[in-house]
Amino acid sequence: MSLPARVTTLVIAFLAVVAGGIYVALHYIGSQPPVEDYTSFASNGQVNVTLMTAAQTTVSDKPDWVTYFIENPSTHQFVHTTYFKVPANTKVNVTILGYDGCTPLRNPVWGKVTGTIGNVENVSFFNGKTATPSQPFSVFNTWADCSVQHTFAIPGLGLNVPVASPTTLAENNNLCGTSPCVANSSDEAKAPHTVVTFSFMTPKQGGTFRWQCFIPCGLGYLDGNGGPMGTPGYMMGQMEVQA
Amino acid sequence: MAIETQPESAQAPGGREPGATPKERAWWLRPAWHTALIGAVIGYAFGHWLGNFMGSGYQQVGTSDDNDLAIVLGYAFLVIGWLAGLGVFNDVVRQMLGKPLNGNGHDENGGLAKYFRYTLDHKVVGIQYLIGMLVYFFTGGLLAMAIRTELLSPSYHVLSPTAYLEVVGAHGTMMMMMMTSVVVGPLGNYLVPLMIGSKRVAFPRIEALSFWLTPCAYVILLSSILLGGFPTGWTGYAPLSIQAGEGMDAYAFAFGLMAISMTLAGFNLACTIICYRAPGMRWSRLPMFVWAMLTQSFLFVLAAPVLLGGMYMILTDRTAQTAFFVNQLGGSSYLYEDLFWFFGHPEVYLLALPGFGIVSEIIPVFTRKPLFGYKVAAAGMFGVAILSFFVWQHHLFDSGINPDMRPLFMLTTELISIPTGFIYLVALGTFWKAKLRLTSPMLFAMGMYVNFLFGGISGVFLSDVPADTTAHGSFFVMAHFHYTIMGGLLFAFFGGVYYWLPKIMGIKLNERLGKIHFWTMFIAFNSTFMPLFAVGMMGQPRRVFEYARNLQTLNDWVSISAFCLGGSLLIFVFNFVMSTVVWRKRETGNPWRSRGLEWQIPSPPPVENFTHVPVVLSGPYEYGDPGALPVADLNPPAGVIGGALAGAGTGATTSAGSEA
Amino acid sequence: MAAEASNPATPPAGSTGGRRDGLWLLITWVVLSIVGCLLVALVWGPHMPPGAQSSSAQHQQFDITVLGVIATPVVIGVLLYFGWAIAFWRQKPGDETDAAPIHGNTKIQATWITVTSAIVLGLAVFGTVELIGPAGAGAGEGPQPIWKPAGTVTASDTSWVPGTSNILQVQVIAQQWAFTYRYPQFGGFETTDLVLPVNEPVQFNVTSLDVIHDFWAYQLGVKADANPGVNNVAYTTPKHTGGFTVRCDELCGIWHGAMYNYGKVVSVSDFMSWARSTETQLASVTKLLPPYALTYDPTTLKLGKVNQELGLTGAGGGFYNPADPEQP
Repeated sequence: MSLPARVTTLVIAFLAVVAGGIYVALHYIGSQPPVEDYTSFASNGQVNVTLMTAAQTTVSDKPDWVTYFIENPSTHQFVHTTYFKVPANTKVNVTILGYDGCTPLRNPVWGKVTGTIGNVENVSFFNGKTATPSQPFSVFNTWADCSVQHTFAIPGLGLNVPVASPTTLAENNNLCGTSPCVANSSDEAKAPHTVVTFSFMTPKQGGTFRWQCFIPCGLGYLDGNGGPMGTPGYMMGQMEVQA
Repeated sequence: MAIETQPESAQAPGGREPGATPKERAWWLRPAWHTALIGAVIGYAFGHWLGNFMGSGYQQVGTSDDNDLAIVLGYAFLVIGWLAGLGVFNDVVRQMLGKPLNGNGHDENGGLAKYFRYTLDHKVVGIQYLIGMLVYFFTGGLLAMAIRTELLSPSYHVLSPTAYLEVVGAHGTMMMMMMTSVVVGPLGNYLVPLMIGSKRVAFPRIEALSFWLTPCAYVILLSSILLGGFPTGWTGYAPLSIQAGEGMDAYAFAFGLMAISMTLAGFNLACTIICYRAPGMRWSRLPMFVWAMLTQSFLFVLAAPVLLGGMYMILTDRTAQTAFFVNQLGGSSYLYEDLFWFFGHPEVYLLALPGFGIVSEIIPVFTRKPLFGYKVAAAGMFGVAILSFFVWQHHLFDSGINPDMRPLFMLTTELISIPTGFIYLVALGTFWKAKLRLTSPMLFAMGMYVNFLFGGISGVFLSDVPADTTAHGSFFVMAHFHYTIMGGLLFAFFGGVYYWLPKIMGIKLNERLGKIHFWTMFIAFNSTFMPLFAVGMMGQPRRVFEYARNLQTLNDWVSISAFCLGGSLLIFVFNFVMSTVVWRKRETGNPWRSRGLEWQIPSPPPVENFTHVPVVLSGPYEYGDPGALPVADLNPPAGVIGGALAGAGTGATTSAGSEA
Repeated sequence: MAAEASNPATPPAGSTGGRRDGLWLLITWVVLSIVGCLLVALVWGPHMPPGAQSSSAQHQQFDITVLGVIATPVVIGVLLYFGWAIAFWRQKPGDETDAAPIHGNTKIQATWITVTSAIVLGLAVFGTVELIGPAGAGAGEGPQPIWKPAGTVTASDTSWVPGTSNILQVQVIAQQWAFTYRYPQFGGFETTDLVLPVNEPVQFNVTSLDVIHDFWAYQLGVKADANPGVNNVAYTTPKHTGGFTVRCDELCGIWHGAMYNYGKVVSVSDFMSWARSTETQLASVTKLLPPYALTYDPTTLKLGKVNQELGLTGAGGGFYNPADPEQP
């Protein structure tokens, strides 16, 4: 080939490789789940955050994985993500709608509620027809009882909240079949679930805090800690505290 | 009863039987890359379907939504389809059916098409390997740039934790899989027959196969990114590797495939070196590079199969529900660690030995002195190779192994620094009152010695169990192995490329750019990895994306230097591409005035390397000796070869071309 | 084949214009080495990692300093030699001749081999002594440790009194992705805080509940892998009060990089009051924990009725066939 032809081929090949590399980098490696921003919805030093746990993820390509959803504060839709942002030095009032069934903990020490205000969580049980009044719980025995579905733990803040689950065999066999489970259809409205509420203070300085679940709920994986337990957007995520 | 011997008949070039004339066909009809790709795609589709057919009934597959069996079978049939599309099985099947062999067609004419085929010419395989290895190395390097970008800040995360671990694992595995063959592949396969006076390698088909498995392994490893990556790093420790998602299968399969490629390459080279030396090429005249290739080949053949075993066991644990590495069902996580490191330790000497070989080959040429202590150098390489099998537990000092074992392995690990030190003795002796010419190859060789010094000394720190208690698993280990592997092997590799490119392609790389490449790379490399010794000793573990705030300045310095290091490698790419494609400065003689046998033939070498099998008259390092014989006689008189073979009674007596 | 004839190493003195390379190299090397070794030992030594907060850290600091002092002349020697070669032994432009054909020198080769072997063997002996003396130097010794702190016994794992020979035991339980610490001698409570008394030997029993982790207490100079189903024992004696960092040092999954916590060494009386108050505080959780053991198998648990009916095991996952006896 002549010199100009060789140079042109080279330049084109090089640009193609660079373009391909950038595409791979941005698309596969750089992607993260969306962040639900609650910072502008705080008032009087408090902010309300709502999450949901579900027994399957019909909205994704891993339909049998358990997952969390986070409610978008403006549209009030449950988004399939585990990343959210709250302001610093604020009391965060968390509501978790727990639509999954129970699993025992590998280490029962995570059955104790720590790091919340009062070291308790308030739980209301809905069995498909009626809801119990909200009562405080401070510790769960996940081996003796069917009592916890997932945990919401922020180790960096010492926060550990075992999310209570429906406790009877019938309820656990009758869980909501779609996700997110938003009571749009009569089936969803009859799905047994719990409503767990607790509060904690975010620290004064900002930062990024990871959070995870300590229940081995990654079914089909060794030790129960694979799959959704190790994938952002399912059972692990980040809480950004904005100073 | 006497065994009837048949007269020897020369193989026609291209591996054909004499008398068989291949049909000349257009390039798109002959098996090459494009048919291989088609075969691979068909193979993957079939394998994936088969895996789904077999595995979708299992409860574990249903609840996890991961069908590892489909992935693994897909990869297996991908490889088979790829090889079938390349035409690897054609001659095998022909021979089974009793038909005449076709070789792989007529490839002696010029042109680029032969580089995309499964070819039996070791020189073509060498160049295929060279381009392949450069591509793999730069991919791994880009992944390293991503790692250092993430480590710029201890708290702000550019990548998600999954993506970061994906990138860390892909970088480490790409480098460790591919760099074992970075010298054996391009330089070993190309140069060893030339250096020993042979017209061919012992098993050209096996050699070509070892190359063609590498693009498969590359693509399979990168496909792990599409499958969510693997969270174990290049070491693949069980039981995390059993717990991991689908990307783990890509890792295990790719690494296992490279283990096969390594074993084949080593097997071929060892047989070539032992059996195909020209008359007069005694062991005491063998170039040091060939000694390095020989010892490395033995390590390949003995260590790589153990890796294959370990990877296979990971795959069966993940797909067939075995429990080799699962404690509660009778397996043991220590089993994996031992299997992996039994390979893993010789692996790092697989990486170091060719570096030693190249620099020992380069320094006599550019000091114009014989290699000081030839026997010591060869003994050093053998010592390293043998001892490398007895040290692997030093990766496991803190793991809870039998505590009595640790002083033993501390001793063997310390002992291995003695033969490694021989290489320095040889270098220092060769430099004594020499006439140094600081060309690009020589600069890289000297850079290799300086870097490997730091790498080796830090290895002594790691071999001491109490010091290892702080340093194990930290960035100190990272700095140690980057100094020995990148500072040692890669610097030597670049030196080898600058030195031998005139031989391989008849083109000299631009010397000025070469020097710029060396100095920027050397400075950036040391600036990147020297602070990491401190970072590790100050408590930062490997593979983490959050670290102590007081280490941020050092990490930022390292990251910026790493970007500069990437930039210096771009200078090499620029030099290489422009010199080979655009400038093409012809260099067909012996530009370095080397005594090596490979330099006595034209550059690039003709297809059969030597018109006649040479008779070797003296060693390649006899500089400064006015009475030294020339290294070989390339036109031995008729009857010299025949006379040497007369006692064997096979009746081959012509001196023109029958191989020893 | 004459390649190995031993020729004298130095050509006649006049051939290099009178400069005595060997002598000058030797003098420069010795001077620089002495300076270097003194700097490493006296200036850098007291600040060497990992510091002096515990007995094992102190010994490791000493070890690393000694290794540094031995490495200094080696590094200086090689770099000096290379610099000398580049400065003085270059080929002059226009000179196309070769240098002197020196193939080897048996005396120099033998000296090198002997000296390097002696150094290396000496280091191996030194390393062994430094490993045995300080009770295993903080490294994990596996389930049957052989080097324990002098004068201690594992007499009782249900109570601990400071100042006796009964060693304080702390179990480190590693799980994905946090460390928890169990104090068997204080009722077996489990906490995420690691608090230790100063000047009392402590025995770490490190184990894991799922994959391989590694307990690395940096300032205490302790590192022990946590393997599932295996108890890995490491010893140390904290010598100064203060905080220390604990990091996971073996890649254990996604949050490996975030698996760290801080611990502290406090006075003995502070430790005793902390331990007693935590024991009472956590009593409601301690009831739920399995009895203290050196390893835990989450699958062999007796679960409640509803859990059994739901087919749940103690460990989650269900990776293996439900008919398998164990479900890791």
